[in-house]
Amino acid sequence: MHDSKDFKIPIGPQHPALKEPEGFSVALKGEKILGVDIRLGYNHRGIEKAAEERTYVQDIYLIERVCGICSHSHSTCFVQAVEEIAGLAVPIRALYIRTIIAELERIHSHLLWLGVAGHEIGFDTLLMYSWRDREVVMDILAAITGNRVNYGMNTIGGVRRDIDAQQTEDILKALTILEERTKYYIEVATQETTIIKRLSGVGILSREDVLRLDAVGPTARASGVKRDVRADDPYAAYAELSFKVITDDHADVYGRTVVRVKELMESYKIIRQALKNLPAGPLTVRAPRKIPVGEAISRYEAPRGEDVHYVKSNGTEKPERVKIRAPTLANVQAVKHMLRDRYLADMPIVVAAIDPCFSCTDRMVALKEEDCARAKIINWQTLHAFSIEWYKQQGIDFTELNKKLQDKLKG
Amino acid sequence: MLGALFYILIFPGFLFLVFSGLTAEFIDRKIYARLQNRVGPPWFQAYADFIKLLAKEDIVPAESNPKMFRVAPVFALTAAITAFLYIPLWGKEALLSFNGDVIIVLYLLTLPTLAFFIGGWYSTSLYSRLGAVRSLMQLFAYEVPLFMGILASALLADTWSLKEMVIFYTAHPWFWMFNLTGFAISLVSLLGKLEKVPFDIPEAETEVVAGGFTEYSGRMLAYLRLTLDVEMVVGSSLLALVFFPFGLNLGPLPGFLLFLFKVLFILGLISLLRTVVARLRIDQMVNFCWKYLVPLALLQILLNLILKGTLLR
Repeated sequence: MHDSKDFKIPIGPQHPALKEPEGFSVALKGEKILGVDIRLGYNHRGIEKAAEERTYVQDIYLIERVCGICSHSHSTCFVQAVEEIAGLAVPIRALYIRTIIAELERIHSHLLWLGVAGHEIGFDTLLMYSWRDREVVMDILAAITGNRVNYGMNTIGGVRRDIDAQQTEDILKALTILEERTKYYIEVATQETTIIKRLSGVGILSREDVLRLDAVGPTARASGVKRDVRADDPYAAYAELSFKVITDDHADVYGRTVVRVKELMESYKIIRQALKNLPAGPLTVRAPRKIPVGEAISRYEAPRGEDVHYVKSNGTEKPERVKIRAPTLANVQAVKHMLRDRYLADMPIVVAAIDPCFSCTDRMVALKEEDCARAKIINWQTLHAFSIEWYKQQGIDFTELNKKLQDKLKG
Repeated sequence: MLGALFYILIFPGFLFLVFSGLTAEFIDRKIYARLQNRVGPPWFQAYADFIKLLAKEDIVPAESNPKMFRVAPVFALTAAITAFLYIPLWGKEALLSFNGDVIIVLYLLTLPTLAFFIGGWYSTSLYSRLGAVRSLMQLFAYEVPLFMGILASALLADTWSLKEMVIFYTAHPWFWMFNLTGFAISLVSLLGKLEKVPFDIPEAETEVVAGGFTEYSGRMLAYLRLTLDVEMVVGSSLLALVFFPFGLNLGPLPGFLLFLFKVLFILGLISLLRTVVARLRIDQMVNFCWKYLVPLALLQILLNLILKGTLLR
């Protein structure tokens, strides 16, 4: 793709700028970026396939572990699809509780992002401050659900835990603290000179490019595209709550920062409303073990953008197919575009600005490159035999040890 | 002979500088941590890190030039320590002194950066080379305002010798007040020399891992880090002497305490500055130095020339 004389620097799969393994091969001329090659696939865990081997209830907990940050997003999205196939009418109280957890999760995700962004531009003070304040919302989540991440709140047909009066009071108290802190962060992010210098004009993605590359979430909204599933295709209790879809016209990393910190304020508003209007009623409806034949697509506005789940059932207690389209997959192509003609120093913040979650995104990738002639697919037995042979060539022989182990197992 | 060895190896030479450098690192890290709402390291952390690194394996990359790779850290440390011998800590006398030692101190303080470049360049790793080139590029940006800031003060005293400067400022007690702009300029430039935020561009970990230091490990990494610590002490001592030259005739003990206080003040300022800003990009850094710091330094020199023509006539 590029001239071999170019300086090619690998950012990842292991690199301090990245919190997860992902390969970026950056072609450089001095400090200028000529082009970026992105390589997914270092973090594939086979969750979609594993979901086919488990029952629907087991799948909720599996799919919750797609992402460590937006775990509630994925499980809600999956549960919504299953409920649609089964034709379940979820109690309104359960929908409200899902909404509250979803917004608390958005708060913790955005605060986390703010810290990471600060770290990427060498402003560790912001990291320390925002992560300290993130503890407030983490404590609240732990108090309601019992866990700091992977809340296990959802079940098919409702939620598993209630929010009582004491918890409501605690949440409201925490929101007051967070609101005050967020106002301070808005001030810092929009007024501190060095932050603005590093953020504005960096990683520009025009409105047209957003539409062409199908970016989602805050990345799209920062370019003035009003794209938010909560408003466009309301799920859970969002149809009954009033909130603003935050957009910004800067179209750069600065815009994305502004969108995220302002969205925090909207989240506080949503939670306050939801807590105030929390209707009484049951938490779940009874769901059948075997889900009838059918298929459904469910959309959900995760903190990073639109999350899409597709579920196909075949009348048994296990799904036939589960497909997950995490928001990062939609955004990652835009990164390549944003980095064109930028400096190497902008690379970490531009990548971080889409709030990437690579392990959510990773799917099986078959590499078929010209320079990869040795690549072939071999079966398990051949691989096993090959590994024994390979170790023997290195002078390591496990035959004796294996015999001992076998004897021990027998004896 | 024995006396000279004592001066060079123990006080105020190698041993004293190692201890004060590591202590300075602790103070810097502690202030940084407290300002960020963290607990921060215990007092022995810097020593523990240093000793641990000394005990670790030295790895020399196969592709590197082993001689240059090994020499660079020692060279850097030696230069930084030598610079300290020319700085009067209290009173008017430094260990070594001659007419023109301001230039020598500044020159010796430039050498570590060059050594970082050489070490990084000869590690041949991609990140090291990028970091090395960045540190050299940064050198051209901050070095000029730093020299101008410090030499403006010397200009007012009409000498190139630190000793003569001390004598002049003791004779004209309040004249250091005129050099405060120069102090601000030099302090900001010093951040570039010490590779601290906002000028930690050569070792920006999210971009170039550890820059020129990436391939270093064990003892040689310990020396490189010690060099930066020693530079911090030498740099702040130099600034303390040049810009706050008061109370230098108090005698050894009070003089030394006052000197410590001045150095601590400058260290605190360095920590504070690096807490409240984000890292700049290399082009922004070069722009900032040449657009704002250099013209300011020129103004300082102009002011000092006018002062010389009027008040000191």
